[in-house]
Amino acid sequence: MTGSMDLPAKGGFSFELCRRNDMLEKKGLKLPGFRKTGTTIVGLVFQDGVVLGADTRATEGPIVADKNCEKIHFMAPNIYCCGAGTAADTEAVTDMVSSQLQLHRYATGRESRVVTALTLLKSHLFRYQGHVSAALVLGGVDCTGPHLHTVYPHGSTDTLPFATMGSGSLAAMSVFESKYKEGLTREEGIQLVAEAICAGIFNDLGSGSNVDVCVITKGKTEYLRNHQLPNPRTYVSSKGYSFTKGQTEVLSTKITQLKQTAEVAEGGDAMEE
Amino acid sequence: MGSQAPAAAGGGQTQRTQYPYVTGTSVIALKYKDGVIMACDTGASYGSTLRYKSVERIKAVGKHSLIGASGEFSDFQEILRYLDELTLSDHMWDDGNSLGPKEIHSYLTRVMYNRRNKFDPLWNSLVLGGVKKGPKGDEKYLGMVNMIGTHFEENHIATGFGNHLAIPILRAEWREDMTFEEAVKLVEKCLLVLLYRDRSSINKFQIAKITTEGSTIYPPYSLKTYWGFSHFENPAQGAVGSW
Repeated sequence: MTGSMDLPAKGGFSFELCRRNDMLEKKGLKLPGFRKTGTTIVGLVFQDGVVLGADTRATEGPIVADKNCEKIHFMAPNIYCCGAGTAADTEAVTDMVSSQLQLHRYATGRESRVVTALTLLKSHLFRYQGHVSAALVLGGVDCTGPHLHTVYPHGSTDTLPFATMGSGSLAAMSVFESKYKEGLTREEGIQLVAEAICAGIFNDLGSGSNVDVCVITKGKTEYLRNHQLPNPRTYVSSKGYSFTKGQTEVLSTKITQLKQTAEVAEGGDAMEE
Repeated sequence: MGSQAPAAAGGGQTQRTQYPYVTGTSVIALKYKDGVIMACDTGASYGSTLRYKSVERIKAVGKHSLIGASGEFSDFQEILRYLDELTLSDHMWDDGNSLGPKEIHSYLTRVMYNRRNKFDPLWNSLVLGGVKKGPKGDEKYLGMVNMIGTHFEENHIATGFGNHLAIPILRAEWREDMTFEEAVKLVEKCLLVLLYRDRSSINKFQIAKITTEGSTIYPPYSLKTYWGFSHFENPAQGAVGSW
């Protein structure tokens, strides 16, 4: 129920399928669970723009579903968005707004503004009253300067100099609160973001694997995928995974023929009709 | 620690439901060169009201230990009474030996776990730190016990919200053999983050230290907070007309 692109949504939550879902649940249907991203995502404003960071672990309950997923989503060439919460929701909502921004760019002939993305996201999320479980850190640089916003699943937003979201947000926030200053340089900004994500990776169970960083400045965006890999595979067997004959000791051998060989007696009666 | 769901007991007519009423928030502690340093704020909340603003949540126990508590304050006062009885009867032995932090930690663990098994917990997270002369010289000790009896020993401890906000900092920046000034700076760093991000903390802290010379609980003081970020001044600056 995302609404078609031609007819503008009339507003308000669409309750069409709720009765059907209720009826199915009463009949004993177990609703499918959500794959959450159990995440640490951060953003900060430095002197020339914004730096966004994210970990790369996607969890499905207690299991790591994806060791190296991408949580920093493209919105516009000058705007990127990190997503925490339900993976499908963050993907869908950022893709949708990214397409809307592109259409808007064609219509206006101008570079997209961060507030446009912000307003599109918050209006959509508010319409769905928090059921679209997407918590986002939106950052970008446009003609009015660098901007960093957080968007909550119910549709409220904040404009901040530094922000963290996701299950690892407290660990990352403790790093930001103790070390953030205004007017950081690019290197300091990347370093601080990486430190905050690492705090989330090592202190929060829902976050892990690697650090992704995205630096957005006026006219240039750098997406540093896997900027840091602090969880390498430390033990690799020297023999590798090819097991040649002779590596395992053979204790005994017994060969069983699959096709039974039967002795055919010569002569005997011919087959009866 | 906010109000939790009631924990009912089996046992006929009596129902021991428990919620914490007056609660203290996080306690942070870490080992440094001369001993153990412990800090917390001096507030006690009654639900969402800040009811008491000058509460001492760190106390000395015997000659060698400090105890800090978060959670239900009346249960902490009860625990202090138990410890009083314990140290008194130990003193009456008059054998030249006194209870060290390890022993007191052990005692508290038994008390907490037994109460939990009776479905009548003491709703606290306790931090026990101290220094005592042992066979290998002055042995520093720092451990914690919580209301269900989980206990462990570590170089740095934080309870409540401190687990999420202070432990990442302590894990990254704690070193062996810090001086007192360095330890205070590290503790203040954590306390400041807690002040910003924990709704039940207040800007009035107490630091206590314990060394072989004995325990010292310093008078309360405040930390300087910084609110001058340019983004705080006019958040809607880049987005005129937005909300």
